[in-house]
Formats: sequence, C-alpha cells, structure tokens
Amino acid sequence: MMRFNLRIVCTASLVLALALFPVILEGQSFYIGVLSRAMILSIAALSLNLILGYGNMISFGHAAYIGIGAYTVGIFAYYEIYDGFIQWPVGLAVSAAVALIFGAISLRTKGVYFIMITLALTQMLYFLGVSVDEYGADDGLVIDIRSEFGGYVDLENRVTLYYTIFVILLATIAGMHRLINSRFGMVIRGSRSNEARMRALGYPVDRYKLTAFVIAGVICGLAGLLLGNYTNFVNPDMMHWTRSGELIFMVVLGGMGSVFGPVFGAIAFLLLEEFLSDLTVHWQIIFGPFLILVVLFARGGIDSLLGRGGRGHD
Amino acid sequence: MTWALLLEQFLNGFQLGVLLFLLAAGLTLVFGIMDLVNLAHGSLYMVGAFICATLTELTGSFGWGVLLALPATMAVGVIVEMTALRTLYARDHLDQVLATFGLILFFNELTRIVWGPEGMVIPLPAWLDGNVEILPGVHYPTFRMLIIAVGLGVAAALYVLVVKTRTGMLIRAGASNRAMIGALGVNIKTLFTAIFGLGAALAGLAGMMAGPIIEVSTGMGEEILILAFVVIVIGGIGSIRGAFIAALIVGLIDTMGRSFLDVLLSAAMSASAAETAAPALSAMLVYILMATVLFFRPQGLFPPHGRQ
Repeated sequence: MMRFNLRIVCTASLVLALALFPVILEGQSFYIGVLSRAMILSIAALSLNLILGYGNMISFGHAAYIGIGAYTVGIFAYYEIYDGFIQWPVGLAVSAAVALIFGAISLRTKGVYFIMITLALTQMLYFLGVSVDEYGADDGLVIDIRSEFGGYVDLENRVTLYYTIFVILLATIAGMHRLINSRFGMVIRGSRSNEARMRALGYPVDRYKLTAFVIAGVICGLAGLLLGNYTNFVNPDMMHWTRSGELIFMVVLGGMGSVFGPVFGAIAFLLLEEFLSDLTVHWQIIFGPFLILVVLFARGGIDSLLGRGGRGHD
Repeated sequence: MTWALLLEQFLNGFQLGVLLFLLAAGLTLVFGIMDLVNLAHGSLYMVGAFICATLTELTGSFGWGVLLALPATMAVGVIVEMTALRTLYARDHLDQVLATFGLILFFNELTRIVWGPEGMVIPLPAWLDGNVEILPGVHYPTFRMLIIAVGLGVAAALYVLVVKTRTGMLIRAGASNRAMIGALGVNIKTLFTAIFGLGAALAGLAGMMAGPIIEVSTGMGEEILILAFVVIVIGGIGSIRGAFIAALIVGLIDTMGRSFLDVLLSAAMSASAAETAAPALSAMLVYILMATVLFFRPQGLFPPHGRQ
C-alpha cells in the first residue's frame, strides 16, 4: 500500500513541479526552455509507449512524426501562413496519413523485420528532407513566426508556450490513461500477451494494431507541431534514426508498462543530458554505457523503482 | 550520357555493392546465428578505418596498415562480444537494439577522444592512386578496382568457408537451429565469439577500403549501417547469398539512381520538374525498394531454409 502511494506522490509532485516551475524560475528562461523541450518529448514518448509498451510493436521510426509535425509548421511559415487553425489540423492529418501508410506496410512484417522497416521508412523521410532544396535541405527552415491562434493564445510568449505544452501533456496523459483502460486498450494489450489467442477470440488484431499505430503517429505529430514552434526551426536531423532511438530509450528508461512512465523517462533523459554535457564535452562516453547498464540491469525503468517490480505487465 | 559514363557509374555502383556486402555479411551471420540485432556493427566499420589510418601513418604503408588493422579490429569485436553482447543473446530485440545503440554512442565518443574531432585521411600508395584503362579510352581509379577485387575475393572465400568446410557446416546448422547444434555438443560460446570476430574483421575491412575514398570520421558507420540493414533485410536475414545479391542490387540502384534518374525523369516530365524530383526520389529509391520487397516477401528474397 505504501509503495502504491509512493507512485502517486512522485507523479503528483512532478506534475505540480512542472506547473509551478515558470513561477519559481521566473526569468530563468534557460530552464523553462529545457523543461518545455522535455514536456514535448514526453508527449512523443507517451505516444510511442502506446505501440511499444502496450502493443509490443518496436517502431524504430517514431521520429518521423515529430519531423512531419515540425515540417508542417515550417513549410506553412515558409509560405507565410501562420494560422494555427490551418497548420495544426493539416499537420495532424498528414501524420495520420503517413502513419496509416507506414503502418500498413510495416505491420505485414514481424520481429526484427518490423524494426528494420520502420527504421528504413523513416530514413526515407529523412533523406527526402535532406534532398529538397526548396525547404532548406540539410539546413532546414527557420520558423520566423510561431503558430497564431487568432489572438486567443500567444505562443510567442515563452511562458504561454510552456503552459500550452503543459496542458497538452496533461491532456495526452489523461487520454492515454483512458485509451489503455478502454476495450480498445485491452485488445492491444491482449495481443501483446498472446496474439494467437486474441485472434481465436475473433478480434481483428491487425486492424486494432494499425489503429494504435495511427493514433501514436498523430499524437507524435502533435509533439512535432509543438517542437517546431518551440525551437523556431526545423531540419531533417529531427527525423534521423538516432532520434527514434532516443525516443525508445526514453520509454524504456521511464518504464514501458505504465502510462506515466515515459514522462519520467523523457524528463530524466533531458536532465541527464544537460547534467552530463555540463560535466564534460565527452558526455556520450558516459551516456552510452549508462544506456547499456539500464538495459541490462534496470529493465523496468524508473516506474519499477516506484513499486511493482519487473517489467510492465509481464 | 555516354556509354563510358554509364560503365563508370555501373562500376561505382558495383563497388558500393561489394563494400555493403562486406558489412552485411557479418551482420547477417550475427543475426542469423546469434539472433542478435547489432546496431554497433557500423562502429566496427569506423574503428577499423581509424585503426588502419593510424597504422598506415606509423608504418608508412597502406598495405601494412590494412594487414595489421584486420586482427586489431577483430580483437575489438571479440572484446565487445565477450563483455557486452554475450549477455544480450537471450534478451529480446528491443534490449539488443537499445544496448547496441548505447555502444554506438560510446564508440563515437571514444574515437572523438582518441583521434580528435577532425577526421583522418588514409593516403594511398602511388601504385593505387592512379587510373587503369579498362576499355580503350575509358579510365577507372585503380583503388576502386581493388575494392571490387577484394570484395569479390572475400565473397568467394566466404562461400568456400560456409559451403565447403566443417566450420561452415556449423555456421549453417547454427543458422537453422542453434539450440540443436548446442545439444549435439558443439561449443556454441566459442563459435559465437569466432563468428562475431569474423564479422568484425569484415566490417573493419569495409571501413579500411572506404577510408581512402571518403574521409575517416566519427559517425561514418551510421549512414552505411542503415544501408547494410536494408541489404540484409532485402536479402533475407541469415543468408549470405541473399546478402551478396541484395548488396549488389542496392549498390547499383543507389548509384545509378543518383546519376541517371534526372535523365530518365526528364523523359517523362519537364526538365525543371525532373531536376527537383530526381534528388529526392533517388535518395529514397533503396528504401522504396526495401518496402516493396517486404510488402510482397516479408521474409526477404532468400530466407534461409528451416529458420524458425
């Protein structure tokens, strides 16, 4: 019972801390920036967790949708269309369409082939970004003006942007919680444990998996829209396969089996990155082995430290 | 477009193909037999190139550099296998992907510390630095011809090793059922380490061959690693024959696409549209090929027999 409380306490204090940071750190825009980024990546990690943690679909190409979201903002801004009511629906629709196509192709395969094909499809988008000169090729695009929402929300203000991201993060967590515990979520989790049995029970498992894949893509596309707005630029590097790898690590670091885990993972990842890169320029020589050690010895991630041993629902 | 240019680009594609094969052979063996997804294979390619660059500098000879760097890279591979990867065989693919991703970060930073942030250049000896006349009036760089020869030589040697020798028999048996050969009394641990060392040496060799053409630099393994993965997935994971054929296909399509796609497209659309579309499309060509192959044959073109 006490352990259960520990999780609630940690989760609540993290949410509270995120809510209060801009007030406490007034003027310290650097940390507001780090946390904005961390929350955006939390949203992306949450979406990846739906297919990775609950559906056991190891997508090594999830950064694609971050790129799509960010490029949507960038390309619209390039044509001087800044209206968020146009940009965002288009970004989400394109994410959904791409996720539908990529999902339909890659879900035909299993195991390592699935990993490789999601990786390759995203690399394809990466090279598309690199080779289109019109949209800046390697250098990407500068987003001079952030999405405008008709005067309701002013994203140019750092604190407003921070709280916009915060609210979307909370909505994503709540939505994910409902989704995981719905009938749909049960089917996804059931097919993770025993796909053959779910099929025998008459569930069209493939269609459920594809739907989950598209939902994850759309939410990650949303994270991309936010990231484009936050960084004020977009480049192909956002879709590079190492970005997808980092997203997977955030999910695993936080704990795959829980709804909130990826948020812990993403924030811990970014803070660790900041901390280590302050320590030494060669921070990756510590970070790499750290990653290996987490995989080998701390498989349940941060979530399992808060109670409920082992890995997710295994 | 002249025939000479076409021939030259064909040879370039072929040369990229054999380089990819050197990488893919190790990758496909390690995956086929140990069931290990090794993202760090590209790091061995990079480490091989760096070691070779240093040894070439020390000995003053590229030949000695390669000869000495081969066992050194193999040793690095064996150490990595014995310290980090061995524990991963029993884990699922997600763990393997993540842990070897960590290895990439480690090796990239290590080369940055040891060899500095700038890349290195491997100078070629005079006899390799020139051109050969392959057809009357058509010249081709000697070193690129050497790469093709080395690649084909390695392919032939691997064929003999896998098909004609006892070790090869164990490798093939391991690819179709590794639990069974363990039960038959084969020392799997040693076999695995040996195969990994062989794969590491081949990856290192690919790096040494690529080094004089592209600059030796940190992160050089990552781009080509993804191509090597495309190769083994198209070829069918675990199949050396599949890797060879797929490597040549990928190398040729990639190179030819980059050189001639704009010409082909301009036949179908306006010249300016072709000029915009060609680079984007040619960069995506091999991935489209892979997606197409997997769509129709989810196990690749030549899946090994009896794989479970």
